[in-house]
Amino acid sequence: MNAGMAGGIDCDLHPAVPGIASLIPYLEPQWADAVAQRGVHDLEPTSYPLRAPLTSRPDWRVAGAKAGSSREQLCAQALDGFGSRAGILNCLYAITTLFSEDMAAAFARALNDWLAAEWLDKDARLRASIVVPVQSPELAAAEIERRAVDRRFVQVLLPCLADQPLGRRSLWPIYAAAARHGLPVGIHAGSTYRHPVTPVGWPSYFTEDYVNQAQGFQTQLTSLVCEGVFSKFPTLRVVLIESGFTWLPAYLWRLHKYWRGLRMEIPWVDRPPPDIVREQVRFTLQPVDTPVEGDALLRILDQAGSDELLLFSTDYPHWQFDGQYALPPLLPDSLKTKILIDNPLATYPRLKEDFA
Amino acid sequence: MNVELPARPKPESTINRPVIADCDIHPCLARPADILPYLPKRWQEHAMTYGMLPRHGYQSGPAYPKGQPDAARLDSWPPDGRPGSDLSFMQAQHLDANRVELGIMTVIAPAAGAAQNLDYSAALARALNEWQVAEWTSKDTRLKASIVVPYEDAAAAAVEIDHWAGHDAFVQVLLLSRTAEPLGQRRYWPIYEAAQRAGLPIGVHAFGYGGYPVTAGGWPSYYIEEMVGHSQCCQALLTSMVIEGVFERFPGTRMVLIEAGLAWLPSLCWRLDKHWSRLRDETPHLRRAPSNYIRDHVWLTTQPMEEPEKRKHFHDIVEWIGIDRLLFATDYPHWDFDDPLWAVPVKLDDGARQALFLDNAKALYGRR
Repeated sequence: MNAGMAGGIDCDLHPAVPGIASLIPYLEPQWADAVAQRGVHDLEPTSYPLRAPLTSRPDWRVAGAKAGSSREQLCAQALDGFGSRAGILNCLYAITTLFSEDMAAAFARALNDWLAAEWLDKDARLRASIVVPVQSPELAAAEIERRAVDRRFVQVLLPCLADQPLGRRSLWPIYAAAARHGLPVGIHAGSTYRHPVTPVGWPSYFTEDYVNQAQGFQTQLTSLVCEGVFSKFPTLRVVLIESGFTWLPAYLWRLHKYWRGLRMEIPWVDRPPPDIVREQVRFTLQPVDTPVEGDALLRILDQAGSDELLLFSTDYPHWQFDGQYALPPLLPDSLKTKILIDNPLATYPRLKEDFA
Repeated sequence: MNVELPARPKPESTINRPVIADCDIHPCLARPADILPYLPKRWQEHAMTYGMLPRHGYQSGPAYPKGQPDAARLDSWPPDGRPGSDLSFMQAQHLDANRVELGIMTVIAPAAGAAQNLDYSAALARALNEWQVAEWTSKDTRLKASIVVPYEDAAAAAVEIDHWAGHDAFVQVLLLSRTAEPLGQRRYWPIYEAAQRAGLPIGVHAFGYGGYPVTAGGWPSYYIEEMVGHSQCCQALLTSMVIEGVFERFPGTRMVLIEAGLAWLPSLCWRLDKHWSRLRDETPHLRRAPSNYIRDHVWLTTQPMEEPEKRKHFHDIVEWIGIDRLLFATDYPHWDFDDPLWAVPVKLDDGARQALFLDNAKALYGRR
């Protein structure tokens, strides 16, 4: 273990649903019946092909099962392995890709209840994000209301790319419910494939799909800022998860420049976008998209102008780094402490209650 | 937002202005019908009866209303016609005043390459190319043209490139960024093959309409989102060019990304390298890291230049990209015009200034 990392809070862990059958005990009877009657298949997202190198580090795979499907192994490798005091489970089972709003809502309820029973009840260090049927903002808000009473759910989880840009007004019931309960909204890499994963059409290679997630996050941040989500919900925190972050400074310079030229179009955006982002948006650490060697990362952080933006993550079991190098070694110790502990606690009020 | 500035005491002298190359100038038809004399009769009738049939909802004008009429500087309207349509007005306001020695013209409207009828697309591209020679390059030798091509029909685009190859007026092939499919895909390869044959760079200018939502998350609401989004769109098309192996297959390709900003490139290179390295068994046709291809094959025009909160950070970007890959551009006559005197947020040394403002463009666009 890297001694300098003890006590961190890992803000991006991926528990895998072993298979659709795992949810049956948690589904309401008509939906449990539907799984059998209709032969509903496994709901693993196209965004992470199960055998792709990115999807799991070789030493984090589970023999004969999906990486991330073993709670004991996840807790041993991701929490014990890095000395973390707590970890947030972001389950990527693709509930949000279903076309039926009712089915999505039912499966989201089952998935969240499965997370509570199979994971949160069994290891006190674990916390989770509420999976919501983004297909229906009303049903998504209802799921937030239902699960928010359990304070081990510390965040609302949305996919990066779905039917419409995430700032659109019709989605605001989700943000209102999250803000009401003091829950940050976490937006995780991945697509529901309603649209091509690039603005210029479907790519040929998974490599492009994954690289383009960063551009997807950029346009979603533009949408959230320009539609006025941060103005309407001034206490809301948004966490971009597995988004990469080295694009942030250059992105903000461009957005800021166009905001100065076109702010008459969006008068409710009453602060410079970089100020909004530094106040209300956070980023999980992995993947760190800079060369391992050299000072590029430090210069990017200097450009970003804040030491409060990054939240520690291993992105377990995704293969973003080798060995113990979850934290880039060249970061100054004071910044490491902020990333590991202070920033997560400041971002997630419910973590502060139990892990401060 | 337009603000009336107080009149300056006297016009700025041009004496202290350095000679420049401007790698993004937009000539424009004074009236849409002005292209008709350059079209065969069959396509004149098509143009008047059916028009462009763009892959968005309006017969004329953009899907997202611009910030101001024609997205143009309010002072760029000539006495008659639209901004960018009057050569003598452009000469006085821009070419002479800003001491433009080399001006690269990029005709983006009408967006001939985006017309859904591919035969019309080809006819309109040819007409615009003939119009550029007749009305512009033959009248001012400072101006050089870009070959407008029907890029959704790569075979026809290659014919258009071959037609103009070797012609003094044309120094690059022009595509728009929002194509029907990612630009690295093989349906577009005949374009790169033809450009390589002709020894011409491929310029890809922001805009166009391929029909897909302009973000991967769906259609945004605002023009500002479309404008900021050109950077993400060009990142996607460059990713496609690299990962599909275009630069490996057509090693003579020189690609210029026009009007999409520049500061995003280093981060994209790092991300590409990192994840290509992890997933490289998927792309055995690539022999080098993505950033290596980009370093050897890609140039960027500067406008709209990013403005860091702390100006000094601009030096980081220039260092990471390499000053030799940056081409100054104003985007005249559009509203977000970058003034050569004020646009660069930091003081560059003399060699870097000379490269950025003139020498890089002359080297790239000069005859080989």
